[in-house]
Amino acid sequence: MKALVWMGKKQVEVQRVDDPKILRPRDCIVRITSTAICGSDIHLFNGYIPTMEKGDILGHEFMGEVVEVGPMVRNLKVGDRVVVPFTISCGKCTHCVRQQYSVCDNTNPNWHIAEAMMGFPPAGIFGYSHMTGGYAGGQAQYARVPHADVGPIKIENDLPDDKVLFLSDIFPTGYMAAEACDIVPGRTVVAVWGCGPVGQFAIRSAFLLGAAKVIAIDSLPERRAMAEAAGATTIHSGSDVMEELKAMTGGRGPDASIDAVGMEAHGSAYDQVKQTLKLETDRPFALRQAILCTRKAGVVSVPGVYGGFLDKMPFGAAMNKGLTFRTGQTHMQKYMKPLLTLIENGKIDPSFVVTHRVPLSKAHKAYPMFVEKQDKCIKVVLDPAA
Amino acid sequence: MATAERISRPETLARTRPGTRNPRAKIAVPGNSGIKVVQAVTIRKPAPELYSFWRDLPNLMQVINHPVTISAPNRDESHWSVSAPAGKRVEWDALIINDRPNQLIAWRSRDGAEVQNAGSVRFEPAPGDEGTEVTVALEYNPPGGKLGAMIAKLTRDSAGSQVYDALRRFKALMEAGEIPTTEGQPVGGPQRLRKGKK
Repeated sequence: MKALVWMGKKQVEVQRVDDPKILRPRDCIVRITSTAICGSDIHLFNGYIPTMEKGDILGHEFMGEVVEVGPMVRNLKVGDRVVVPFTISCGKCTHCVRQQYSVCDNTNPNWHIAEAMMGFPPAGIFGYSHMTGGYAGGQAQYARVPHADVGPIKIENDLPDDKVLFLSDIFPTGYMAAEACDIVPGRTVVAVWGCGPVGQFAIRSAFLLGAAKVIAIDSLPERRAMAEAAGATTIHSGSDVMEELKAMTGGRGPDASIDAVGMEAHGSAYDQVKQTLKLETDRPFALRQAILCTRKAGVVSVPGVYGGFLDKMPFGAAMNKGLTFRTGQTHMQKYMKPLLTLIENGKIDPSFVVTHRVPLSKAHKAYPMFVEKQDKCIKVVLDPAA
Repeated sequence: MATAERISRPETLARTRPGTRNPRAKIAVPGNSGIKVVQAVTIRKPAPELYSFWRDLPNLMQVINHPVTISAPNRDESHWSVSAPAGKRVEWDALIINDRPNQLIAWRSRDGAEVQNAGSVRFEPAPGDEGTEVTVALEYNPPGGKLGAMIAKLTRDSAGSQVYDALRRFKALMEAGEIPTTEGQPVGGPQRLRKGKK
């Protein structure tokens, strides 16, 4: 089959590789009909996530048709149409039972790598470095899906791929980030740093949850325009964000802040230099700003991906203002069904975010375009058949 | 689930307060000169299920991530054959010396073992609905003495990580019904070329 393969920093190639096969009784094989490039793939492309190996297949946002099931998979059959969550969860460990699926105990075969970096290993993730399991990803024509009896959600309607594909990651990720903000309908003001795909879904989710106002911060006009289309007020990230936020909130600051940027924020020369020199693993400019701007006793919700160790965090501000932090990879299986219902009921149409469609065979050209945000690119969907 | 591993000297053995349970207390290799390992994992299954798996010692071949053969001619005796560096095999006979159903199994190697070892596995209720705490304590005299153990540790092949890996795999097998793997999945070049050469 064809697959997009990571070949080193800023190098990806479409290669011919073997088709996946069933390796465990709870696996299934999916023939992929749609797959996307995620903002977090930028961190892999740019070489900021450790434990990548040349030859790794990328991709963790995909859906398709079940073509083979392992002997222990009873909920799926060949021919079923499914969306696959980006995290892999066993459904049986204490964390899964508590719906903390993204920190499943039993799906990361490289637990020793993850433990060395984080103390305890989070769940396996498709196509996202060996620290999270080294699983082959879904920017490919087929994928092996472990624990297929727990992860994939069946799509039993005729909604097109574009409307349900983002149940694989960015819609639940934005939603969980907004849910973490303790939104009181009609009262809570939420600020969202970053109007990329996750930020866009966080903005819309905050409104779905009843936020009184959503303020979105980004440097790119097309991304701010997309946020405004959802009803958000926007701020250019190059302006005095604190002053702007105060002016828009009667001097209080936002009740909750969402960092939908993560480890490669722009705006700080200090971090750019330190990250380039490998003196710092992450550029947490957005997170620092969010901590300072958030109202006293507010919430900082972090769906943005961080990889390692962050410099100059204003933790004194966080402590003295009594902030609450909520973060984590998304507990996908908790959100996929209810969010599918929202889509089916017409409350949201996730296809709004798609700006580019590219054949899988040209995916290596889509990466630099997306990473450099050329051609007003916000979200790329890949067609595996082409 | 931290690795606790060190070369013990009798005069520096950690003291615990009276009344506190010391998981190291039950292990002994003659002369108290061995390497001690204590590893623990919590498994969301009742103790009897975990004990039963473990009590049938050849079952452990499923969870030890290292070439090993275990045979059990009867319920209390077992023969272990483990592959060692340079294509060698290390073998010993072991005897179960304490067996408290659903709570504890303890063993030691018989006299004349190439690797003298003794150990125990405990199954104790975890707080609330967490399941069962499984704690393995092991003491052994490594082949090649302490130098061999240091080299083994440097190559991440020490008994501590072996025991821990086995416990993680045991947990996955008991809870999820399978041990996670990526072996045999598609990969691109150059991993593909490496795989082809094997």
